[in-house]
Amino acid sequence: MTAHTTAPGVDLPLPEPRRKGSSRAPGEKALVAAPSTWIVWAGVAAFFVFLLGILTSVVVDSFGRPWFDTWLPETATAEWYSGAWDRFGMAEVIGVTLVVAVSVIVLSVLIGVPAAYLLARRTFPLKRTITLLFLLPVLMPPITYGIPLATVMYNIGLGRTLTAVILVNLVPSVPFVIMTMTPFIEQINPTIENAARMSGASMRMVFQRILLPLLVPGILAASVLVLVRTVGMFELTYLVSGPGSDTLVVAIYRAMTASGGGEARQLVSSMAVVYTVTMMVILIIALRYVSPTQLVARVKDSRED
Amino acid sequence: MSAPTAGRGTPAARRGGRAARGKSTASMRHRLAERGVDVSLLMLLPALVFAVVLFIYPFSYGIGLTFQPTPAMQEQWGAGIWSNYVAFFRDGFIFDSVWITMRLALPVALFNVLVSIPVAFKLRHRFRGKKALTTLLVLPITLGTVLTAQGLLIFAGRQGWLNRFLLEIGVIDQPLQLVNNYLGVMFSLIISGFPFAFLLISSYLSGIDPSIEAAAKTMGADWKQRFRRITLPLLAPGLATTFILTFVLAFSVFPSARLVGDASGETRVMALMAYRAFGELLDYPMASTIAVMMGVVELVVIAVVLLWRSSMYKGSTGGKG
Amino acid sequence: MAIAAGTFDTLELRGVGRSFGGATALADLDLTVRAGEFIALLGPSGCGKSTALNCLAGLLPLTHGEILIDGERVDTVAAEKRGFGMVFQNYALFPHLTVEKNIAFGLQMRGVAKPEIKRRVGEALELVKLEQHAKKLPGQLSGGQQQRVAIARAVVLEPRLVLMDEPLSNLDAKLRLEMRTEIRRLHQSLGLTTIYVTHDQEEALSMADRLVVLREGRVQQVGTPEELHNAPVNWHVADFMGYRNLIDLEVSAVAGNAVTVEGRGLTLRGTAVDPAAVGDHVRVAIRPEDLTVVSPGAPVQGGNTTSARVSVVEYHGREFAVGVMTPGGLALHVRSDHAPRVGSTVELTADPDRVRVYRAELEDPSRMSVEERELAEVRR
Repeated sequence: MTAHTTAPGVDLPLPEPRRKGSSRAPGEKALVAAPSTWIVWAGVAAFFVFLLGILTSVVVDSFGRPWFDTWLPETATAEWYSGAWDRFGMAEVIGVTLVVAVSVIVLSVLIGVPAAYLLARRTFPLKRTITLLFLLPVLMPPITYGIPLATVMYNIGLGRTLTAVILVNLVPSVPFVIMTMTPFIEQINPTIENAARMSGASMRMVFQRILLPLLVPGILAASVLVLVRTVGMFELTYLVSGPGSDTLVVAIYRAMTASGGGEARQLVSSMAVVYTVTMMVILIIALRYVSPTQLVARVKDSRED
Repeated sequence: MSAPTAGRGTPAARRGGRAARGKSTASMRHRLAERGVDVSLLMLLPALVFAVVLFIYPFSYGIGLTFQPTPAMQEQWGAGIWSNYVAFFRDGFIFDSVWITMRLALPVALFNVLVSIPVAFKLRHRFRGKKALTTLLVLPITLGTVLTAQGLLIFAGRQGWLNRFLLEIGVIDQPLQLVNNYLGVMFSLIISGFPFAFLLISSYLSGIDPSIEAAAKTMGADWKQRFRRITLPLLAPGLATTFILTFVLAFSVFPSARLVGDASGETRVMALMAYRAFGELLDYPMASTIAVMMGVVELVVIAVVLLWRSSMYKGSTGGKG
Repeated sequence: MAIAAGTFDTLELRGVGRSFGGATALADLDLTVRAGEFIALLGPSGCGKSTALNCLAGLLPLTHGEILIDGERVDTVAAEKRGFGMVFQNYALFPHLTVEKNIAFGLQMRGVAKPEIKRRVGEALELVKLEQHAKKLPGQLSGGQQQRVAIARAVVLEPRLVLMDEPLSNLDAKLRLEMRTEIRRLHQSLGLTTIYVTHDQEEALSMADRLVVLREGRVQQVGTPEELHNAPVNWHVADFMGYRNLIDLEVSAVAGNAVTVEGRGLTLRGTAVDPAAVGDHVRVAIRPEDLTVVSPGAPVQGGNTTSARVSVVEYHGREFAVGVMTPGGLALHVRSDHAPRVGSTVELTADPDRVRVYRAELEDPSRMSVEERELAEVRR
């Protein structure tokens, strides 16, 4: 892959002129890129070829009948899908996934946004400690807190229930909402709230008429991110879920590792395609509201760049 | 003020008393206000309850549990309440998983960060299709490890397209063993970790005011000097954070270690051991012990990274201070 | 005019103070404001003037003292219930609401009837000459226009007190002058009571009826523009009021108010502001306008004269601002009605009445905190 591009001969670009053609004549130098540029692009291309290969082979597999020693399967069929649908109770699994995702979004927004507001706006005793406490779950391997938490869940009889799945998924989601909303609230000018109060608005009114409309884009972005993470969360869900409370990823994992060498590969592939399509749909909707960078970073993508 | 008191005191004394009391509550409020304490702090309550109930309590409970080893453990390793920890360090089968995990997570995290730097630099200016490119990069993050694993098994398996292609063009004459071993897990971690690292570093890079570098340029610094003396120190905090986050991601890997790795050999990572104790052996105390030790190992790595970071640059990443 | 200010007789601040953690941002502010007055709070950044304004607005809880309107305490009343209007430095317009809705917001909060809101918003827009921008969002307006929206939004409520927090500091020089006149006009025509925070002494002097000069959270002087301009009570206020020449000298003779000070090759006659005795270390403050280059043939004032070498000359319209260096190595800012040659030696003179002699220390050491005293020691 792109390992060789880390060699210390990489040419770093000069800060690019803001507007096209402001410093160089049109066409000049545009076609003659440095070798390092080619290396970077080749690496990126290789990565995408890999990625594409992985995706398409799953899709092809899910439609193929026998596919062993050839480039493509011999015949195409859709029966793996109906097979998987019945065999794994996909309707229920998808339903569970949606219920879990929506509950986690609503709860983590309700819990996280007020806390983010205070962290963004106020100083108070123990603020640093409290901030650290909120961020700790993000810095820890999920298994580290997941196993004790799952043990508690089983002890109090919540094991393998929907409630447990929702609760464990809150642990990384709430900090995540706090992490994305705090900088978002910070960039809303606080004197705007003061101005509203000076106009005679009570705290409730300030929140309802001024803050909420301004917060909506941030809340939407945070919700989408939580959605993507919750649907994709395997480790924590797997610890506490069981029949009737498995989400899609967990169901696929179980199918892949079922005793006796797992289910037929094509069955798994067809489930995987269903999952991928679901995720794609979520993603397409999501990207209307958030920039891709936000999916991983709390730093806002600068508009200038 | 209660009636009997009012009866005893003169009106003047009563007024005085009330005034004094009013003053003391007011100054109490003043004192609290000065420290930033008032009713609106109640907004923090739900999050605090959440943190205590779902994080602090279970976690402390888990730590407590590590000191209540099962009778079987005690018999095998002795050492009373410490026998889980003794087992962790002395049982080669368990302890080796620490090295196995590190051997996987450290190179992957390092690779992801180091490769992301030049790529992020190359792609930091505006060009057509940038949004499409970043969107495509988000894909593997959302696919998650289970899906990547399934794809890798088919694509890079002995009869997959990759091996077939390499055989066809004559680079190899035997299919390569790319999955169900160390390499397979590594691939899967890079596929989900690299875009993550790249997007993070890009966003940190975009937070650095380009005019800072331009200023260095006007002062005669060539690109090597600019990178080493200006950009790298400014980027260091971001690099440290990225490294930590990708490391955490790779460190807690467990589906791919099982699905595309060699779960009983080369990729018998800590998370797998913890889950085995939890789900298969039903030894909750030992499972918690491994989980806690995972946290400890990770903290050590994070501490080392933060130490490196503080030696680079103390301050904000330029931009908005 | 339909928009008119609500009224009160006096607004009284008694020992108002605010500290953050251990740090005091504002201490012992006593001030009585009469209805219709225009008061400027003046001081360098970090002097506590914005803290004072925010305390008054109710946006910051007080940690000491009380605020009374006509004898009734208002410092315990929430900001939104005080009936004050406020204009913020960065305008603080609601970015998601149009100009019209920004101005209407406060009226809606007070439950004013719809037709009434429409009428009053229309009047306010007319007042700040923004009728044709009513439907725009704040982001589509220039800085000056945004500022006018902010002002309209504050005055449309007919507040009994308008607070302005450096409202002009984000505007360019020309616009700033225009808006100064505009604010003054609004203040007079609406009969508003205004408290105005600024760090620009010229702005404060030209707009306010009375000025309050703050330094490190403490009031230094309260007075009319004229009093502050001509008779600052200490060298800090003098410094802030444009007495650019501050010279540390020693008293050599005292006759009532008239003192003679010496040092660094300089002898000056001046007027003592604080009681002075022979041998005291003092700080002498002179405005550049009061320290002039003697034109050939003109007399020197009050026997005050010294020579100096010209180091820089700037043209200032009717006169020249000249930087000179005395033989004793003092750099002084002076004025001249002709352009002296750089490098030449000129005679300077100053009216002893306009040479103000201050105690070198700003405050009684007894009133200082331990920390301040230590700092003073170190400086000496």
